[in-house]
Order: sequence, then structure tokens, then C-alpha cells
Amino acid sequence: MTNEELNAIAKAEQESKERFEHEVCVCTAAGCLSAGGDKVKDALTGEIARQGKDKKCSVKGVGCLGLCAKGPLVAVESHGKKDKLYEGVTLEDVPAIVQTLEATETKGAAAAGLERSMDEPFFASQVKVVLENMGKIDPEHIEDYIAVGGYQTLYKALTEMSPTDVIGEVTKSGLRGRGGGGYPTGLKWSTVAKANGGATKYVICNADEGDPGAFMDRSVLEGDPHRVIEGMAIAAYAIGAHQGFIYVRAEYPLAIKTLKNAIRQAEKMGLLGKNICGTTFSFELHLRLGAGAFVTGEETALIASVEGRRGMPRPRPPYPAERGLWDCPTLINNVETFANIPAVIREGGVWFAAIGTEKSKGTKVFALAGSIVNTGLIEVPMGTRLRDIIFDIGGGIPEGRRYKAVQTGGPSGGCIPEQFLNMPVDYESLQQVGSIMGSGGMIVMDETSCMVDVARYFMEFCMSESCGKCTPCRVGTAQMYDILCKITEGHATLEDMDMLIELSDLVKNTSLCGLGQSAPNPVLSTLRYFKDEYMAHIVDKTCPAGVCKICSPAKEPVEVKS
Amino acid sequence: MKQVAQKPGRIKTLKIDGRDVAGGENQVILDVAREHNIFIPTLCYIEGLSVSGGCRLCLVEITGIPKLVPSCTTRVEEGMEVFTDTERLRKYRMMMLELIFSERNHVCSVCVSNRNCELQSLARRLGMTHVRYPYRYPKLQVDASHNKFAIDHNRCTLCTRCSRICHDIEGAHTWSTMGRGINNRMITDLNQPWGETETCTSCGKCVNICPTGALFEKGKSVAEMVKKPKSLPYLLHTREES
Repeated sequence: MTNEELNAIAKAEQESKERFEHEVCVCTAAGCLSAGGDKVKDALTGEIARQGKDKKCSVKGVGCLGLCAKGPLVAVESHGKKDKLYEGVTLEDVPAIVQTLEATETKGAAAAGLERSMDEPFFASQVKVVLENMGKIDPEHIEDYIAVGGYQTLYKALTEMSPTDVIGEVTKSGLRGRGGGGYPTGLKWSTVAKANGGATKYVICNADEGDPGAFMDRSVLEGDPHRVIEGMAIAAYAIGAHQGFIYVRAEYPLAIKTLKNAIRQAEKMGLLGKNICGTTFSFELHLRLGAGAFVTGEETALIASVEGRRGMPRPRPPYPAERGLWDCPTLINNVETFANIPAVIREGGVWFAAIGTEKSKGTKVFALAGSIVNTGLIEVPMGTRLRDIIFDIGGGIPEGRRYKAVQTGGPSGGCIPEQFLNMPVDYESLQQVGSIMGSGGMIVMDETSCMVDVARYFMEFCMSESCGKCTPCRVGTAQMYDILCKITEGHATLEDMDMLIELSDLVKNTSLCGLGQSAPNPVLSTLRYFKDEYMAHIVDKTCPAGVCKICSPAKEPVEVKS
Repeated sequence: MKQVAQKPGRIKTLKIDGRDVAGGENQVILDVAREHNIFIPTLCYIEGLSVSGGCRLCLVEITGIPKLVPSCTTRVEEGMEVFTDTERLRKYRMMMLELIFSERNHVCSVCVSNRNCELQSLARRLGMTHVRYPYRYPKLQVDASHNKFAIDHNRCTLCTRCSRICHDIEGAHTWSTMGRGINNRMITDLNQPWGETETCTSCGKCVNICPTGALFEKGKSVAEMVKKPKSLPYLLHTREES
């Protein structure tokens, strides 16, 4: 594959697209699919043919369109311009939508109820880097990706840049790991690049997104898989690896299907495999499926799982950059980190570094969930105020209820109360208030949520997802969960509360891996900002939010299966 | 992670608890401390086996590193300042020990390894007088299907010494773990009764290395099960000789 060939494919694709006046894009990512997006797509194709518009209109399936809870979503692009987005489309709405395609404003009134204005803050306030192709290209067709400039960056890196140049550009961009830790990506790459000259090296993409309420990585893989593949190939070239793995959780069947298809297409076109783009660089990419463990998101546990062992973490150092997969230097980055790479190399590190804040560069994809009007996927520059994300883009809390807290970073994160709404969202600010960036899940909670119950939920999650290797995480989380149950049931005393605080400190400071070290965060942050709720449960034996059934019979302790 | 038997390497000088000590660059803090008779409590660590780093009892403080580090996996470095017995560490170790005692059914008076148990001696040495956490009393089984040995899961601390010695030294890999978190437990082969496993060679290494009364020889009564953890260094020594 040469640059000319890439351009030829892009041109042919562009021309075939221009033959149609309207392009109807139906979201076929997991959210909309479960609401019947595929049936809507078939119905639209049928209806367009029935109304004799198939010469002017094309229909295609695309990745996430953002407003996930309002699916199935249908976007219409007319004369190369995106102009309409319909939400909650049912099969009955299909004829009206097709009629609207050709009609003037007034005639299309039938479908107007479903139409969303593109001027809303949800669309207008976002800055898309990772999601730039989302909802525009068909993830099933590599040509669609090439048509928007895909794989040109890989070609550029391989032919015009040395591995050092690539790493230099990534370092300049200030990109930090999007999996949660926020480790500088350029630094990680150069460490692996320098490790043991000549030794076999590996690139791993961590797609084991396990936080409750988070679906950023899944959407990227379902909607724009080639972007991740291209990012990985560039990384492999930069660090000198010839083999890579995408570790994706088996709970994402659609992402797996899309990835398999994408890898096969890229191999067929010579964009993966031996002598990529006619250069001496070769890169093979394999899929590995997780078996449903949260802890395999931790890099050493992930490596164990890829090697075919039980996914349990080991003490670091040595870090995977030094001794990783099969004891070889290994680069592990998150899906979103790799998805940023093509843009960084294409536009340059300086361009990327201009977005965001001083220490947190670029944009961040967030999955908005919970008590929020616009549940879905968004991308904003780092440093955007929390208030803007939740109340402008997210549309605020439904049914006029009061905001209480937002939970960021999943079970490793914390709850951020109202007084910090004006805080800019970046790695440091979130850490200051006792939460973390995490992979980007945001669960919004209103006055109907009991914060003790929320802490109990996350502790239960950590307890059952602990691998059981180290004492504080294995036993500590179970004891903490029991205390939280006691509190929500109204049986707890103030001594229990002291024990909970003491255990949080132990588990946080002595656990082996990140799962244990961050497991007490939801407890600690709710204790910090919502201590009155804990007190209400313990002293007054009431649940202010009315969630916990106080004085219900004592819960059985967790049964150990034998 | 396999601990490769390495020569100590270049000498590094460091301070442990204020004492000037020296160790090889390939040695971990724990080894150097023990060579200098500095006590660091351990449960899962045993010299000659791959390291697990799971019991967390051997955590130490190092000046300049905010996190606590396990001394069984951290190599010594020039100029390092290690503290093995601070108030913070003592508190955490006690809590960790109490958590282990609360996790399963560790009733010494009726245990085959009474007075011959590493967990018991640790508790005595660290001065544990009682357990503040509620006992969990899980109902766990005793697998006595093997003709020579038996496992009482109620006494197991999940130190995984048995699985490591079986894998590293015997090469049979009969032992593994199953279940997550608090439901974690040791299994033989793919969770078959020990007596029916195809891989077990009945060598008894696991029994001798087990720190508590979880693994024991059949026919032993209360306080009769004497473990032989020294058999491992001896075995490794004779292997090196041959």
C-alpha cells in the first residue's frame, strides 16, 4: 500500500459518496443496537427504495452518535453537510423521515418531534479529537476510514519519520495515559524504546474497560476500530515492536466482531502484517479476550491473562516497560490513548498541546450516566468545568431534581459534591478533591441517591472483583463491605465507623495493586463530603434519601462457596 | 514472577533501621535484613521460591518513597534508607494479622500444627492479643481424599507457598487458586479431590512448607504436625551440588 493507493481509495470512496445527495447514518453501536437500530436501518433502506429515492439517498451504519440513551439515533447528511439528528426512531417513523429527506421544512413536520437541534450545547460545546470520525464512518468498511484520511498518518510515520521523531512528537503533545493513571505517554514510549536493544518487544492495547457506567472504549472500538489499530501500529514502529495484542473484554461482543473484521481488512490491504506500506516495518496484531475480571485492567494482571494464566497482578517494579509480556519489554496503553495518536502525529504535538490545560493536554472522552438528561458519550477539552459538562452538555438533572454528586473514575474514584462544580476537570484537580480521572466514567447522582448506599455498592464491586492475592484487599474489602452493610441497615455504632476509617487507610496503603489501593476511595470521599449521611444512619437510624431500609433483618454474612 | 537464582552482584551499601549494612545489587531488602539479623515478618515469602508479594506483612518504609514497599521484591540500592519497624508499620502489620485471623477458622487449641505454626508464632512475636474484627467463620471443607495428606481450608492463609513449591521445585503444578477475593481458595488440578488428581506425586513438599495446619499428614493429632520448612534450602543445596 503506497500513499498513491491510499489516496486513490480515498478518492474513489469520496466520489461514490458524492453520487448521493443524502446520506442517512444509523447508529449501530451497542446502545442503539439494543434499541433496534439495525431494524431501523433495514427499514430505512427498504423505505428509500419504495419511495424511489435510492438513487439519491444512501444508508449506512455508523458508530456512536453520542446521545446513547435516546437511541436508535439517525443522522442525515445532505450535500456533504450534517444537518439533522433524529432520536428514538421507531419503525413507524421511518416513512416520515424518508419523506423529510427531499421535502422543505414545513412538509417534514411529521418527523420534527424526533429531531434534535444541532445548535444545542450537547453538540456545540464538544471538541472532537478521538471521536472525530464517530458517527461519520462505517466501522465495517476500511475504505470509509481511508476516505477521511485514515492510515495516512501511519504512512507518514513510516516513510517520513524516524521512531525517535514519532516519540518526540508524542512527548511534545503532552498526552497522558487515558486509562486512569495519567502517566505521560511519551515517557512510557521512550522507556520501552530504550529497553534492552534488540530484544523482542510487544504493544498491548488495554480494552478491558470494567468501571460500572463507563463505555468510552467500547464506543471507540465499535465506531472507529481502525483508529486504534493505526495508533497501535505507530506505537509499535516507535518502540520497535513487531507484535501487538488488543486485550478486550468478552462482554463486548460487538466490539470484538468489529475489531476482528477491521484487523482482517487492514491485513488484506497490507496495513498490518509484513512490510507495511512497502517499508521494512512489520506488525502483527492479535485479539485476546478477557474472561470477565475487573482486575485484568491492571497491567500486570492483564499480562498474566494474555499469557494464558489467571489474571492476577504482581508487584511492580519491574514495570512492564522493562519486563512485561513473556518477560519482554512491553508497552501497554489504553484504547483512548492509542486513538489519540493518529491525530497527534497528523497535526503535530504542538497542535495537541494547545488544547487543554497546562498539565493535562488534549481532550477527554466521558461517558455520562446516571441521573442526567443527555446520557451518552461526549468529548471535551481537558479543563472544562464540571458544571459545563453536567449542566450544559449533559443537560442537567431530569425532572427538576437537585444535584448531589458526580462519581468519576468508577470504583477507584470518588464522589464530587456541589461545591466543586466550578472545578476544571483535569488529572490534578480531580485528585485534589479525592477522586480520579479514571477512564472517564461520570455517574451523576441526585437527591434520591443515598451516599452510604453508593459507597456500599462500590465496595461490594471491589470485594467481589478482588483477585484475593493480597491480604488487605481480600479480607479488608470484605470487612469494610460488612461494616457498610451494617450502617445501611441501621445496626452500626460509632466504633464501626472508626473501624471503617482505619480499614480504609490500611487497604489504601498496603494493597498490592491499584484495585486495592483505590478501593476505599468511594468510602473516603463520601465520608469527606457526606459525613452527615453516615451519622444519620448510625445515630438517628434514618436514611435521609430514603433508600436504605433501616432496621430490616440483619443480612447474612457473605457466604464462602465451597 | 520467577525469582532467578542470581549471584549477589556488586555490593551496595545502605542503612536499615539506622544500621549500616551491605548487600548485593541482586538481593532484595528482606534477604539483606535477614543476613544482618534484622527481623521483618513474612508469611508468603520463603527463600528459594518465586515471590508472591501477597501477604503484605513484609512492607517497609524507604526514605523518599511515599508508598510502602514489599521488602521481598524490592532490590537494595546504594544509599537507601530503610525502616522496618516504625509505628505505622507495626500498626498495619497488626491489622493485617488480625484480618488473616478473622478470615478463616484459626483455632489453635484444636489445630494439628499448634505450637508449630508460623502464623501462631508471628502473632506471638508481634504481640497480638485479640482480634478486633468480626470472625467470618466460613464453612469450608476438609479434603482428606489423598491417602497420605489432607487439607483443611479453614486453616489456610492463601500464602500460595504450596502452589509455588509444587510448580517451581517439584514441577507438578498440582496446586492453584480459584475464586475471587474472599472466596479465593486453593485447589488441586482443576478443582478435583486431592486424592484423584493426576499430577500430584505425593512428594509432600507442600505439606512441609505450609506455614499453618492447613496441609498436614494424615494420622497426626493436635499439635503433632511438625513442619520442615528447612527441607527446601537443603533440597536446593543438594540440587546445586549435583
